[in-house]
Amino acid sequence: MTVVLEVENLSKSFGGIKANNNISFRASSGEIIGIIGPNGAGKSTLFDLITGYTKPDSGGVKFNGKSILNLRPDLISSLGIGRTFQKLKPFLDQTLLENVIIGALATGINLNQARDKALEMIDFVDLIDKRHYFAKELSTGQRKRLELARAMATEPKLLMMDEVTGGVDQKTVPGLVELIKKLNKLGVTILTIEHNMRVIMDISHKILALDQGKKIIFDKPKNVQLNEKVIDAYLGVVNATTS
Amino acid sequence: MNNNLQKAKLEPVWHTNKFIFALIFFLVTLFFFFPFINPSNFQLHLMIMIFMYAVMAQSWNVIAGFSGQISLGHVIFFGIGGYTSSFFYVEYGITPWIGIFIGILFSSLVAIAIGIPMLRLTGHYFAIATLLIGFSFQIIFQRWDLIGAASGLWIPLNWDNPWLTLQFHESKIPYYYIFLIFFLLSYFSIWIIYRSKIGFKLRAIRDDPQAASSLGIPVAKYKIIAFVISAIIMSPMGSLFAQYILVIEPERMFDIEISIIVLLIAVMGGVGNVWGPLIGTIILIPLSEYTRIFFGGTGGSVDLIIYGILIMLICIFRPSGLISFFPKKILERKKFL
Repeated sequence: MTVVLEVENLSKSFGGIKANNNISFRASSGEIIGIIGPNGAGKSTLFDLITGYTKPDSGGVKFNGKSILNLRPDLISSLGIGRTFQKLKPFLDQTLLENVIIGALATGINLNQARDKALEMIDFVDLIDKRHYFAKELSTGQRKRLELARAMATEPKLLMMDEVTGGVDQKTVPGLVELIKKLNKLGVTILTIEHNMRVIMDISHKILALDQGKKIIFDKPKNVQLNEKVIDAYLGVVNATTS
Repeated sequence: MNNNLQKAKLEPVWHTNKFIFALIFFLVTLFFFFPFINPSNFQLHLMIMIFMYAVMAQSWNVIAGFSGQISLGHVIFFGIGGYTSSFFYVEYGITPWIGIFIGILFSSLVAIAIGIPMLRLTGHYFAIATLLIGFSFQIIFQRWDLIGAASGLWIPLNWDNPWLTLQFHESKIPYYYIFLIFFLLSYFSIWIIYRSKIGFKLRAIRDDPQAASSLGIPVAKYKIIAFVISAIIMSPMGSLFAQYILVIEPERMFDIEISIIVLLIAVMGGVGNVWGPLIGTIILIPLSEYTRIFFGGTGGSVDLIIYGILIMLICIFRPSGLISFFPKKILERKKFL
């Protein structure tokens, strides 16, 4: 499989706190990489470093073999990296359709084509009946779907999702998990930050576990699940045995 | 393809509300025939001010309502427009018609020049910076001898070629039509921009710049585009106003009160859509002109006090502006705006 994303020795400190400390991993085409770690482990910082929202102190990031270090977020997006945010960022005063049209316009198509593409993405996330609803009128789960549709409309080769199942009720989770699997089947490589261990173990091909800015392990889910450092830092004995 | 998707794809990107279009057509027709009902000079002046302030409030709306940057120094583009056309006419005899376009060019260059360093600023910091730039321009023009310094420029009277020199000494009707044409052109352009790809991207930046950049939108570039569009609309109003009053000085052309009034008009009418500034102007400008007449010289600022009270009421009861009085059905999903 072709390597899509290469992160090498990425480090970032905020004052005296090392948010990311020499993080390295690779994501190959078609993989789902889960990222886990307790709060403050540096997961979202890692996303911000890869997508250009924060400049790293050292290290490198390559996308499809080319360095994307120090590029602006919009340029990184136009290379084919889409992302969603931990704190949802829908355009609240615009309709669901308008939100996704804005994503589709990133591919350089005209407005009518963007509308068609946006509608396909909205249909993909099962919200076609709500296309004229304002984003502020949608539930949290629907807003998560909106963000996925919007990011997908940019035609990313790599999609980075920050806590897709966070903050939604348990009934909504299976639908979102199915959606992630559907996206992956389309050939999109996925990086996903998750706190829901059942979800992350179910969908990930590999898991990157972080603690206090450091990589603990980057391996297959079953190996991560049994790793003592991961159990100690994040899973806890009970979770590890019941997951 | 499922039925719902197929049906959705047949819908236009923008719905056209026939009632609103009929209303616009009726108003435009009314505007064109207004001079035929023998209005007084004051009534013509009032309409000219409505057209001018509607365009200026729209100009402010482009950067505040479409791209989310609150400018408090917007008057600089008005001043630059006025001074440029007047200077080229006074010094070189160049017709103000050409001067208007030179003014647009200068205003655009200034918008780029001040827009680039200010891109790092957001919210209150951006507003304060624009306010200070507005004051700075007034001070610079007050001390610039080439353009008449504090005493300003007196445009030499010409009775021979009124349409070439843009001077009409016997009637306000030609001014009325010129301002009307610029008003219609400005609103039509903004309506087109609002519905275009640029409009979508600007609104994305207004709502959430971070999310917009994650969708491949170069935020800095589009903020400058908004600034330039705004300057292009504002500048001709300065040029036309200079020709209307024929005497310009920094106190008047760079008056910070103008920046504040256009802001109040737009906020009152409704920011972020095409028609809000027009609605605000139709309410506030007659109010301003009539209070000036009613209270005379002693009550010069009474209109601002009334503006203040109205703005407080709007903020409390109608935060989306007067446009929110339109029926929800028209305003929302139909998306005629």
